[in-house]
Amino acid sequence: MQVFRVAIPSQLRSYTGGAARVDITVASRAPRLSDVFAGLESAYPGIRFRMIDEAGRVRPHIQVFVGMKVERDPGAPLRPGDEIMIVGALSGG
Amino acid sequence: MAPRASTRAATPRRVRLLIATRKGLWTLTGDASRRSWKLSPPSFLGHIVHHAVLDPRDGKTLLAAARTGHLGPTVFRSQDGGRTWKEALRPPAFEPDSGRVVDHAFWLTPGHASQPGVWYAGTSPQGLFRSPDGGATWEGVAGFNAHPNRKAWCGGDQDGTPDGPKMHSVIVDPRDPSHMYIAMSGGGVFESLDAGGDWKPLNQGVAATFLPMPDPEYGHDPHCMRLSSNPDRLYQQNHCGIYRLDRPATRWQRIGDNMPKSVGDIGLPMVAHPHDPETAWVFPMDGTDVWPRVSPGGKPAAYRTRDGGRTWKRQADGMPKAQAWWTVKRQAMTVDGFTTAGVYFGTTSGEVWGSRDEGRSWRRLAEHLPEIYAVEAA
Repeated sequence: MQVFRVAIPSQLRSYTGGAARVDITVASRAPRLSDVFAGLESAYPGIRFRMIDEAGRVRPHIQVFVGMKVERDPGAPLRPGDEIMIVGALSGG
Repeated sequence: MAPRASTRAATPRRVRLLIATRKGLWTLTGDASRRSWKLSPPSFLGHIVHHAVLDPRDGKTLLAAARTGHLGPTVFRSQDGGRTWKEALRPPAFEPDSGRVVDHAFWLTPGHASQPGVWYAGTSPQGLFRSPDGGATWEGVAGFNAHPNRKAWCGGDQDGTPDGPKMHSVIVDPRDPSHMYIAMSGGGVFESLDAGGDWKPLNQGVAATFLPMPDPEYGHDPHCMRLSSNPDRLYQQNHCGIYRLDRPATRWQRIGDNMPKSVGDIGLPMVAHPHDPETAWVFPMDGTDVWPRVSPGGKPAAYRTRDGGRTWKRQADGMPKAQAWWTVKRQAMTVDGFTTAGVYFGTTSGEVWGSRDEGRSWRRLAEHLPEIYAVEAA
């Protein structure tokens, strides 16, 4: 059982009751980014589809960092203590 | 075939206009005289709202198709006339193994009166979805989405309309819930006789000047299709003209040829009178050279027919007489249910205009809104 801290962008805080950071517990011994997304969906129903499409891809204007590294592969493995940052990445009006 | 008279519904007590914009949803509420209007604060501010529709079966359920620049598409639903909203538990989405991804829900249609809670949604890229529970959960209509001819009919998911090909004008025959029509900006008009289990093209007589074939079976570009108060009569504003179809015939007639040649018969929206199948409105736009898609000559006007498209009358009283380069999108024109119908439209420049006398005179009802995508009377 591992806990990952996830930074939630303003665009998705309507799902988290306004929380900018949430802790997601993952049971897998070999946790992947997709486990965190599943944990987010379980805790905050509806949030996953707004950032991950039905083909399992991170949506074009959502960016995900694991630590300091951009990570768009939901199958990417996570290490203990990794912090995940979800960002709404779009400019213009 | 002569259209038959329709049954007149009771005149509504007031009109609410649901104004879906690129930056949120507004409601414009008129009194019984339709002279006094009040604009609500926005709902879903910052969301791209493609369509918002009231369920006429219960008079209180509202659905809104929305997304944002960052977030994926969803459907919001209200069961108290818009005071509170909940998000769909399962928004429209293609099967995970299809390789297709819904960019946005574009069109919402309440189902048949005998099927309370049933809704349909047309999406971009083009797909058809059905909700059995008032918009809470959505499933793809496999009879279309997985039809072996779908790709031939529609082309690729990136073909067609600049911001994605769109399924729109989802129509359920008020006499038969199994009888449906759909229109696609990349594909044409299709009909189903078995509640969406199978579909056949319905495009005979419709021009497609952007295709090399002289009379293609599909591949057309309908912009907006409406069922008149006679459920055997359809009207269509197409990329290539204005048409009428009286079923059971299968060949559309180009009634836009009767428009003034200086104006032409190109545009995006079209609406039918709520009680008179002979009456319909279009809002012509410039379709010459590079397709400016603004009011021809900068002189906006609606055009009304009262004889099924044999003749058209320009209706611009109250609108600017010059230098008004308006664009009205395909969902941004509507009619109310009054005996003397009110007609309304919204512009991409954020103005809502209305007529309480079937287009004889017009008044600006709201301004300074974001780009208007859809206007629906509720």
